[in-house]
Amino acid sequence: MSRIRQTLAGRGKHKLLVPFLTVGYPDFDTSIDLVRTAIDSGADIVELGMPFSDPMADGPQIQYSSQIALANGTDMKKVLQAVEQIRAGSGVPIVLMGYFNPVWARGVEAFAAASHRAGADGFIIPDLPVEEAADFLLCLKDLDLSAIFLVAPTSSPERVQLVDSACTDFVYAVTVAGVTGAARKFSSSTDAYLKGLSRSLSRPFVAGFGVSSPESAVRLCRHADGVVIGSALISAFRQAKNRREGLKSVRCLLSDIRKALP
Amino acid sequence: MVAKKKTVPDVRGRFGPYGGRYVPETVIYALEELTEAYRFCRRDKEFRAELNNYLSNYVGRPTPLYFAERFTEHLGGPQIYFKREDLTHTGAHKINNTVGQILLAKRMGKKRIIAETGAGQHGLATATVAAHFGLPCVIYMGAEDIERQAPNVEKMQLLGAEVVSVKSGSRTLKDATSEAMRDWVTNIASTFYIIGSVVGPHPYPMIVRDFQSVIGKETKKQCRRLWGGLPDVMVACVGGGSNAIGVFVDFLKDTSVRLIGVEAAGHGLRSGKHAATLLRGKPGVLHGAFSYLIFDSDGQVILPHSISAGLDYPGVGPEHSLLHDTGRVEYAAATDKEALSTFKLVSRLEGIIPAMETSHALAYLVKHRRKFCKADRIVVCLSGRGDKDMPIIRKMSEQSG
Repeated sequence: MSRIRQTLAGRGKHKLLVPFLTVGYPDFDTSIDLVRTAIDSGADIVELGMPFSDPMADGPQIQYSSQIALANGTDMKKVLQAVEQIRAGSGVPIVLMGYFNPVWARGVEAFAAASHRAGADGFIIPDLPVEEAADFLLCLKDLDLSAIFLVAPTSSPERVQLVDSACTDFVYAVTVAGVTGAARKFSSSTDAYLKGLSRSLSRPFVAGFGVSSPESAVRLCRHADGVVIGSALISAFRQAKNRREGLKSVRCLLSDIRKALP
Repeated sequence: MVAKKKTVPDVRGRFGPYGGRYVPETVIYALEELTEAYRFCRRDKEFRAELNNYLSNYVGRPTPLYFAERFTEHLGGPQIYFKREDLTHTGAHKINNTVGQILLAKRMGKKRIIAETGAGQHGLATATVAAHFGLPCVIYMGAEDIERQAPNVEKMQLLGAEVVSVKSGSRTLKDATSEAMRDWVTNIASTFYIIGSVVGPHPYPMIVRDFQSVIGKETKKQCRRLWGGLPDVMVACVGGGSNAIGVFVDFLKDTSVRLIGVEAAGHGLRSGKHAATLLRGKPGVLHGAFSYLIFDSDGQVILPHSISAGLDYPGVGPEHSLLHDTGRVEYAAATDKEALSTFKLVSRLEGIIPAMETSHALAYLVKHRRKFCKADRIVVCLSGRGDKDMPIIRKMSEQSG
């Protein structure tokens, strides 16, 4: 059984905490330490950001982290090295998240195989909707890697079904129309949307975009099976005085959320 | 009944292997909504009448097909005709498309307009129609372009548009486009994104092409009237490629007509500092479409370079990628230097200041004049006027002086 399926099968009433961190931010070694910190703070699944020059679905924090990562030489090879290093010390599922062109440039089949060898468990490619993903899906299926697609508040019921059936194990629900980013207030329409998803999806789903505090996480988890938190972690690290304080901020934020969630 | 034309793109928005919809899920619904609205409007008599009325009385169409006598004499070779898109309202072909798209926006009940711009011509054309229809308008423009195309920025602001300076990445068109997409994702229900070239996710490359095809349709009629036939060669500059597609598309089936698209070679095709996407790029994915793109072995987009802000883009429209592969259109390139000297040459010879973008197409003819016969009739799409480029001219003179 795949690591992701084990995690999902064993979760019971436990809500999933899914931190997102960009490989190479603020530098390669620290990004690995950040991921290890996240795992120690109770991450159930880790999303590793593969930096891209033109992250059109991302807000300022993740844009910034990608720019820094690219500037210090983080390429797709380094991304795979990061997976290997993290995998060496942990069995937590690792999902790679990033834009399609870098994956395409390395060769979809070759990159999927290399990711699998390195110990990754799945992919989220926000600019590759289900309609464009047929070849990619075949590659992932052969390797038993998980394909995770997004649903959004603007997705029609038909598209929700389409995404549900294309996802291998779980679905990623974008909480609000917009780019990634912290410090948003969720409205009752977000609750209604997530509630609707919990009925219409056959698979578990995690909610992301704009999760910044234990309160927002708890609110989303009334209907979602877990939360993704990314921009808020990068923001917490950026605001800290130094590397050690930054790691501590990230640990505290994740631990607080973990404690608040069932 | 008219025989049904074989339509490119297919229902999935593919021009051969190119095109498609590589966008975040949030955007899909808006693209489907737009596809549906356009499918209806393109056949709707009322819509077409309204569009034609605007094209005639607001944009100033048809634009002349002008025999450039002194330029022809100077070249000592082929006969050169200018399709005068510089004479449209706002001074470039861009308005053909923005008029069409804002009429769609109005039909769809959208309350807010956004656009990206490089040279500022598309931003200006968008700000203009937004003012006309009384819709709030935000234009995203790279910080570097704001500097080199200052006259257009002031005009957009005068027209009531908010011009947002984009400081990320290359600070040019590429990043302005990313920022406009981010705005669109965030305000998807209320906002209409007027894309300025034949790029982006389906249905944009098709819609922009159709609205720009008026250039070629007019040219065809005018050629018939002037000499009772087709041109031998047509030349247009290619950044995203909207004026080129607009002037070429009606001639694609006339295989006797040579079609030549001219990209920006910047400091030279081998310098690594250029924007010659079709000549030096390879297929990849950016801003919603699979098309030729300039990127490194790791898939990261390489910052392009061109003296002309309108051509300074690492991608190109998916239909051009197909036309490049099939060989129906030949693609060439002109350097910054060649464009600049042609800009001055044509100004002096014809009393027409061509846009720096257009100057690339004209520079191709200067360079290759001996490859054509005296009897050849060549139509150049004079896509826009060059008074917006005065800051560049000033800067270049200062540098050389």
